[in-house]
Amino acid sequence: MGGYGRFIAKRSINMIIVLFATLVLTVSLLGPTMDKILTDAIKFNVVEEITQKELQFSTLEERQTFIDNRVKDQITTFGLDEPWYAPKRFTNTVLKVMVLDLGKSNYLTSDSGSSNVRDIILEKLPKTVLLFTTATVIVTMIGLYLGAFVANRAGSIWDRLNSSFAVFSGSFPIWWVGMLMIFGFAFTYQIFPPHSTPQTSPSDPMYVFDLLYHMTLPLITMTLVGFGSWAFMVRYFVVGVLSEDYISAKRTIGIPEKRIVYSHALKNAAPPIITVIALSLASSFGGAITVEAVFGWPGLGRLFYDAIGFLDIPIIIGLTYVSTVVFIITVFVTDLMYAYFDPRVKVA
Amino acid sequence: MTATNAKVLSRYEIARHFRRSKSGLAGVAIILGLIGMSIYSTVAIPLESYRHWNSPNFWIDYPRSAAPSWVNIGLGPKIPEHTILHMKDATISSIEEGQLRAVVHSYALNFNYDYYPSDFMLLYSARYGSTQPVLQVNVVRPDGQDFMIYFASLPSSQQERNEFSARVFSTDRAIAENLRDYEGIFSYKQDSSRPEIMIFAEAQENKILKGQYVIRETFYLFDSQDSIEDSGIILGGKVYGLMGTDELRRDLAVGILWGAPIALFIGFTVSIAAVLIGLIYGVFAGYKGKHTDEGLMRVSDVFYSLPALPILIILSVTIGRSIFLITGFLVIFGWVSMAKVSRSLALQLKNMQYVEAAKLMGQSDTKIIFRHIIPQLLPLTFATIAIAVPGAILGEASLSFLGLGDPSIPTWGQILHDANSSSAASRGLWWWIAPPGIMIAITGLAFVLIGNALDSILNPRSRKI
Repeated sequence: MGGYGRFIAKRSINMIIVLFATLVLTVSLLGPTMDKILTDAIKFNVVEEITQKELQFSTLEERQTFIDNRVKDQITTFGLDEPWYAPKRFTNTVLKVMVLDLGKSNYLTSDSGSSNVRDIILEKLPKTVLLFTTATVIVTMIGLYLGAFVANRAGSIWDRLNSSFAVFSGSFPIWWVGMLMIFGFAFTYQIFPPHSTPQTSPSDPMYVFDLLYHMTLPLITMTLVGFGSWAFMVRYFVVGVLSEDYISAKRTIGIPEKRIVYSHALKNAAPPIITVIALSLASSFGGAITVEAVFGWPGLGRLFYDAIGFLDIPIIIGLTYVSTVVFIITVFVTDLMYAYFDPRVKVA
Repeated sequence: MTATNAKVLSRYEIARHFRRSKSGLAGVAIILGLIGMSIYSTVAIPLESYRHWNSPNFWIDYPRSAAPSWVNIGLGPKIPEHTILHMKDATISSIEEGQLRAVVHSYALNFNYDYYPSDFMLLYSARYGSTQPVLQVNVVRPDGQDFMIYFASLPSSQQERNEFSARVFSTDRAIAENLRDYEGIFSYKQDSSRPEIMIFAEAQENKILKGQYVIRETFYLFDSQDSIEDSGIILGGKVYGLMGTDELRRDLAVGILWGAPIALFIGFTVSIAAVLIGLIYGVFAGYKGKHTDEGLMRVSDVFYSLPALPILIILSVTIGRSIFLITGFLVIFGWVSMAKVSRSLALQLKNMQYVEAAKLMGQSDTKIIFRHIIPQLLPLTFATIAIAVPGAILGEASLSFLGLGDPSIPTWGQILHDANSSSAASRGLWWWIAPPGIMIAITGLAFVLIGNALDSILNPRSRKI
């Protein structure tokens, strides 16, 4: 047990180092842009304030000095007089984000009007989770059965067809297939909407159906592109299990072939398959950016894309951090589970 | 994946096995095709057309969102093809009467389509002094009718003998006025303000007059030093070229062709650089072991856990988006998996007797790594390079698709970005969407086929199962 405890400790430290490094990298990359945007915003606000309060100045110089002083004051109050890499500001930003205090966005707001980055992310998160979890579930179901099916017939025409389809479908960019699907099923046959943002308001009782209707096309696209490589992967693991001695033993004692493949072999191939499912779900944010950009699905990927367009730095930092956290925690948990079930991992 | 397997096969044997792999050879064939495309595009397409990819003025003569011209093959109605004719396509004759010269450029045009052209344009470019030349344009129709559609002097030039270029549009009032004289020829009501219809319509029945048209541009020059630099006619159609054009009138064939060398460049550079870095990094970590290994692996863990696309996007927004920078960014995320694999192989190889012997003989670590360990991993390295290429191409394409690619050159991803932002899919402009994606997929597929073929030669286990 001491070995397992040390393993957990080592992995935890590792995880924190990775999180910290990601955050430092993101903040350092975006720091200069963030400062420039904030300073510009302050200047804009000061000029706005003058016009609103209708302040009168005798000369242009006087007006300019007033503006300069106001801007300087505000820059000091916001702490922008120090550059972003000043130790105090830098640690402040990093520590705040680390505990998920993501601050306020510059431009974008949530649908309910909040400009708190955490609110915005929490509002969009369910949409991405809904789309990608559903897609993963469908793809996994098809993949498991198809994979086990062809694994039992390794080398047959079905197996070769499946392998070629896996290689083939893996070569297509998913966002391009999305465009083709829009062309096919929103233009040629007008079955689905080309733009996946539901039109009804969330309070409407029909909202759920509208959402599901708008979700269908992205879902079909992701399934089409995904299931081939899934089946291929499942086949790989199942074929590995099928060549083990204990399976041959089961065959000799007369357990039906169907039962061996779909029950025993699949069960024994489960740990690596579950790991892959977990990792692909955890890293779906990257894919979400392009898929949601094509279909206009209102999730996190779309939010990131919009935030890049507006250079809304707090949202960009927040999203990057959150997606890293999700990914790293998943890796951590799957590592622990693996180590628990398979003690060889700890040694290696 | 084991080193012992990689070691058994000699280079000759790998080549022999590879020649027997159909999919591997198919991959090689596709890549040779792409290289051929790249050579063709650098030789045959003027370099300026790719430099001007994003300047709208360069493409002004081309049609907007025209389908490829081969859609006319088949039994359906024929859609007029966008035709651009210049002086080199004309038969030129010239008559001289003392000071006066008449230069005639005649263009023969076969019009056998089932729709009227959308418009037409007459171009000219002349060099003249204070006396302006006169331009007369006649259209001789297949039924023998001769319509004089334009007769006017060119604009006066202020300076001595400068070159003056202009274009007369079919909507020009002068054309409509000239055509009014011919309205009587038609047995039904014709509208002279729509010359693109009136010129191409039959006299007896309201339908298209098919056959050969001759458009004669006659320039009357009054000074012996005046000259005609260019003339031409553009007949506006709905189909153009091999690939059609996009919303901004750009010839998609140029973009698709130029995308090939760029994609190959990105794919090769990124995968070779990333895999070599990963190889050396991993072997070094595995060979040195202990704290070096631990430290280096922690660093690679950081890179493994970074969300690639978001960070790539941030990098291209904050640092820059030239093609070379993007190549570098992709390398940053590409080397980690190779580092992990080569480390575990180095862990096995460093205990081999010949490595221990080299160590005992006092060879330096660098020498052992580069002379004794890395050569053993070269076959695996080549397979990994091939498998890594599609990822690099897809990475660049995704960035470009999000509008964050190099703006100065056409890439397949960028063409798709433009298509998506003009909602080409929901407007049915399939020729704008299909080819770039197919090219991305085919290129990726070729390398995957080669990589898989190499992999199954090196790992007989995966071949067997």
